[in-house]
Amino acid sequence: MSSAASGEVRLAAAMQSFVSEFGVTSALHLESCVRCGLCAEACHFYITTGDAKYTPIYKLQPFQRAYLREASPFAPLVRALGLVKKPSLADLQQWQELLYDSCTMCGRCTVACPMGIDIAELVKEARHGMFKAGLIPERLALMDRTARQWNSTATPGDDLPDILAEAAAQYGVEIPCDLDQADILVTAAPAELGDHTKALADAAKVLNHIGVRWTMHQSGFDASNVGFNNGDLDLQERLTRALIDTAVKIGATTILLPECGHAYGAARWEAAKWYGAALPVRIIHMTEFLDELIAEGRLRVNRIGMTATFHDPCQIVRRGGLEAAARRVLSALGLELIELRNHGVTGFCCGGGGGVVSNQRAAPLRQKVFQMKKKQVEASGAKRFVTSCGQCRITLEMGAKLTHWDMPAESLLELVADNLTD
Amino acid sequence: MDILTIARGPIFAFGLAVFVLGSLWRLIAILRRPRMPDLSPQRAGAPSKLSGALHAIARGMWPRKEFGQTTIVASLNGYVFHIGLVLVFFGYAPHIAFIHRLTGLRWPALPDPVMYLSAGVSIISLLLALFYRLTNPVLKRISNADDIISWALVLLPLVTGMAVVGETSTVILARDHVIYGGPLAVHLLTLELLLVWFPFGKLMHAFLFFFARGATGIRFSHRGVKL
Repeated sequence: MSSAASGEVRLAAAMQSFVSEFGVTSALHLESCVRCGLCAEACHFYITTGDAKYTPIYKLQPFQRAYLREASPFAPLVRALGLVKKPSLADLQQWQELLYDSCTMCGRCTVACPMGIDIAELVKEARHGMFKAGLIPERLALMDRTARQWNSTATPGDDLPDILAEAAAQYGVEIPCDLDQADILVTAAPAELGDHTKALADAAKVLNHIGVRWTMHQSGFDASNVGFNNGDLDLQERLTRALIDTAVKIGATTILLPECGHAYGAARWEAAKWYGAALPVRIIHMTEFLDELIAEGRLRVNRIGMTATFHDPCQIVRRGGLEAAARRVLSALGLELIELRNHGVTGFCCGGGGGVVSNQRAAPLRQKVFQMKKKQVEASGAKRFVTSCGQCRITLEMGAKLTHWDMPAESLLELVADNLTD
Repeated sequence: MDILTIARGPIFAFGLAVFVLGSLWRLIAILRRPRMPDLSPQRAGAPSKLSGALHAIARGMWPRKEFGQTTIVASLNGYVFHIGLVLVFFGYAPHIAFIHRLTGLRWPALPDPVMYLSAGVSIISLLLALFYRLTNPVLKRISNADDIISWALVLLPLVTGMAVVGETSTVILARDHVIYGGPLAVHLLTLELLLVWFPFGKLMHAFLFFFARGATGIRFSHRGVKL
């Protein structure tokens, strides 16, 4: 196939995907923009660069043009009169940077929009078409290929028993693997299977402490759904099914998600989409799990007695509803919370969400966002800096390393595990 | 048939028909798009869909303080011309008389000085909005023809309306004939242009905001997010 013909095929695939996304909510949101520009003032990439191309609604322009030409109420008129130009492959190539490198799908713009347009959700939908056209950043494409092969971006399932055994030996905890029957299927984020195995040990410590039957399992263990970030719907479905099918197979009633924001977005809010019915298991994030255990009195923790500030992970708080849960856990730990200037549903993203943390070419942009977060943390004057998302921690760690900043982002789970009492 | 009779008669009927049918067409076509139900379990204690939608619709009526510092002037300007337009359209006695002739509905009018002030402030506010649109880098980047057309078609009835105002409402309404037929016809024609454009451009947000905010409110309240 010639490159021109190949380009046509890719463009057609993108357009077909775009059109399939135009349900009633997307249509309402694509129709409602009054181009007030207020979304720009909410976006960390615009705020830190001042570059108008990072205006959130502008990132959707080709997607919006596809809507107007193909699915809007006046689409035949729009096409006949040539009122809106059909997106070209070159347009989509140009917009790749705006949809992947400079959008973390954090949804702060959604909260700022006076029309209530869920721009983050529209970006996610636009990414589906971009993926179909083969227009995702190379690093993300590599991760996609890995996950298609291994059901994980970190490791094949075959290696899981060894990783868990090593972590168990290193931290002196029992980490069950591949049990035939368990009540809770515990899952991990990729970094926890590599450099951050302490998180696995911390989860094990908490679970062993409360005395439940739990296991990790080779057939479904990596919850950070790279398909969700990349726009690869087939992979998203496959990774989601792997978790749920494994849980069903071992009789688990709960899937415990790691401290990972996008895992929460993909599994908690989108898993049911693939089943077309109510899920056979409960899907719960580590933060709400800890919150519930503390509230029920099944978990008691030492009071640390220091000041702390908290970074709200976007998918867990702004788009996940766990704002109060994290704060209750901090309170149980006796940490006096000093809120960041922007927190809760209007907190700033770490700059690495939506796959941006893995996208090397976005590093300079990400670093600018980090500087803003750093300033807010320093301004709080808090002694500890806590969050509940491993990907946020990695992003913040990378920023801290580059700036020689001595304020590590700590894990909420880790603080709980390190302060358990009988 | 003079120009005022035509403007009040067939052209007005045409404008109104396009406005009503076009708006209905656009709204119904959007609402008939496929629905993708959220099958995920609702957060325990989350409000009903209706409550979530209504909260988001109401919450969107005032700006968040977190975004206020950098957007305060643009936000305030938006309030000024929206409120000004509503006051002028629904509060000016001759407009109420016009609506009464059409629908049989009427309500007390606001004093003329309030109307003159509202119209004047709205015009200034619209000029300011255009200035922002043409000079602000973000607005320049995202604007299209719809923004300019919609802006002009909102401004024109205000300007032509001010041009007609030579006497108080009481005097105008007490007279059994129009003495400024030409200017009034022009005013009506600009209104009719606005009605014809309304369903096709961004002015439809007057209806769509309700649904757009409501849909996000349902999505977020389902997850237990307090907007």
